[in-house]
Amino acid sequence: MATVTSHQPYHGSRFKTWWTILKISLEERFVYRGDFALGTLMRFLPIITQVFLWYAIFAASGKSQIEAYTKKGVVAYFMLTMISRAFSSMPGLCSGIALQVRDGEIKKYLIQPIDLIGFLLLTRVAHKLCYYVIALIPFAFVFFFCRGFFESGWPEASILCAYFLSLVMGFLLGFFIEASLGLVSFWFLEVTSLVFVYNLLNFFLSGHMFPLDLLPDWASQFVNLLPFQYLAYYPAAIFLGTIPPDQVWMGLAVEACWLTVFIIIARVMLNRGIHRYSGFGG
Amino acid sequence: MPMALIELHNLQKTYRVYQKKEGLRASIKGLFKRTHKDVQAVKGINLQVEQGEFVAFLGPNGAGKTTTLKLLSGVIHPTSGTASVMGYTPWERENDYRRRFALVMGQKNQLWWDLPAQESFRLHQQIYGIDTKQFQNTLDELSDLLGLRELLSQPVRELSLGERMKMELTAALLHSPEVLFLDEPTIGLDVVAQHNIQQFLKYYQEKRKITILLTSHYMKDVAALCKRVVIIADGRIQYDGSLSGIIDETTNRKLVTLQFANPITDALLESLKHFGDLVKHEAPRVTLEVTRDDVPAMLTAILDAHDIDDLIVEEPPLEDVIADVFARVSKASEEEPFPDEVS
Repeated sequence: MATVTSHQPYHGSRFKTWWTILKISLEERFVYRGDFALGTLMRFLPIITQVFLWYAIFAASGKSQIEAYTKKGVVAYFMLTMISRAFSSMPGLCSGIALQVRDGEIKKYLIQPIDLIGFLLLTRVAHKLCYYVIALIPFAFVFFFCRGFFESGWPEASILCAYFLSLVMGFLLGFFIEASLGLVSFWFLEVTSLVFVYNLLNFFLSGHMFPLDLLPDWASQFVNLLPFQYLAYYPAAIFLGTIPPDQVWMGLAVEACWLTVFIIIARVMLNRGIHRYSGFGG
Repeated sequence: MPMALIELHNLQKTYRVYQKKEGLRASIKGLFKRTHKDVQAVKGINLQVEQGEFVAFLGPNGAGKTTTLKLLSGVIHPTSGTASVMGYTPWERENDYRRRFALVMGQKNQLWWDLPAQESFRLHQQIYGIDTKQFQNTLDELSDLLGLRELLSQPVRELSLGERMKMELTAALLHSPEVLFLDEPTIGLDVVAQHNIQQFLKYYQEKRKITILLTSHYMKDVAALCKRVVIIADGRIQYDGSLSGIIDETTNRKLVTLQFANPITDALLESLKHFGDLVKHEAPRVTLEVTRDDVPAMLTAILDAHDIDDLIVEEPPLEDVIADVFARVSKASEEEPFPDEVS
């Protein structure tokens, strides 16, 4: 066997690699400040239209309460889904993967000793961190200004913990779902329509468009079987106390199962995809 | 028998390509039934490369050069055959293997576009687990050799193509790979930048004694760097040997340039054509292509009959000789009963 003795020892540590990727992605995010600032502000626009829409619905129905939601409660709900979405939405992830597969940049991850999904996850964490740092001030301002809409005030500590956990898992779930969708591009180079369908489903079934507990029983049973609710509705519902405290942890456990399922799907797809790519493409 | 550092045995790669026919009707048909065609990019390559060799792959576009490099770097699986690089099977993509080689593609960018190259290098340090002191030494050495010091903190997108290529090379060499695959590293570069990169590669390879496989369309790259040349055309190795050997082996022609003291008449030109093919006539010089064995007789005859101011006998340009080889191969493959296209 031909072996070369000058082979360098490996001096890396996984943690340091992660930290470096995170740091570099952060730096990259800060390059385009203008785009960033605008993107942050734009986050607030959809919610304003939604609030107006719901005020119109209340006015038309002549009621002061629709199911469990008062006028104020609806505003609080949408403000909270805005936060959920700030965690779970993954702009550009799916199309980014597809682009890398199409133009062959994916080779980099085959040649270098680096894991594609891990790398993408870390860059996404960096994007999000960056966003939270910048958005913290405007968010705090808006929430302080709108504190009157939160009629029941702050939830107790254990519920707050569950709330944060659901946000973090929402982030991971959103990531692994979209990563799996992006990896479909190993089979079909174009995934734009798939992303469109996903976004549409997400919009209606995650609670982004309306609170899911307003759905009739049969529909909410169906929606409960899907993972979408964890991307917007579930964290908001925990915070607002819509979900009875004794059921909160059960829901989180189901969410963890979904997360595991999508982690496995993404992993299997990456392995198969690379195998296919190396067999047919390149 | 000890194994060579790189060994390829009957390596084959067939791609399956979707056949898109022209026109809307055919496109709609293609929605339901797709026809595929098998394209044999590599049709059985056997090759041994010893440690410390600098080998050039030459060949026309689509000859299978890049496919071979992709096979060796584990990006693609072969259809059949075996390969071993430093004892590893490339397409198993073991992390150990990936830490010991590098692939640089002249047309692909591996650095972070919006950040200074320095940042990408730091990331490489972590990915490849390079000791900090060693990393700094290697980076200092490479950036001095390539003249990059001032550019390290400039965003990659602001660099010129030549500068970017040097950065790509630096990134690829930071982990001191023992085997380096270069796919057209000088493509699109100006003469000065090409020269710089050649000089660098030559120096680095001689100093570190690493093994390099290079593909290039620039004969100058090859002539400056590689003692050994492998001509790949039509998915097969057509020639494997020294650069000068190509000329000896594939052509028996010489170029003879004569500079006449007296004006060149039409009659003189006609008489010269008896010796060989007229290549160029730019008074007072005439260039002829002559069969090697005929050269001494021809020179004696001409020197006897005419006043000659100057005289050059040389090999035909390498580009022409190689182009001849390519042309011969593609002609031969057209005559095969079932021509298979090459991608």
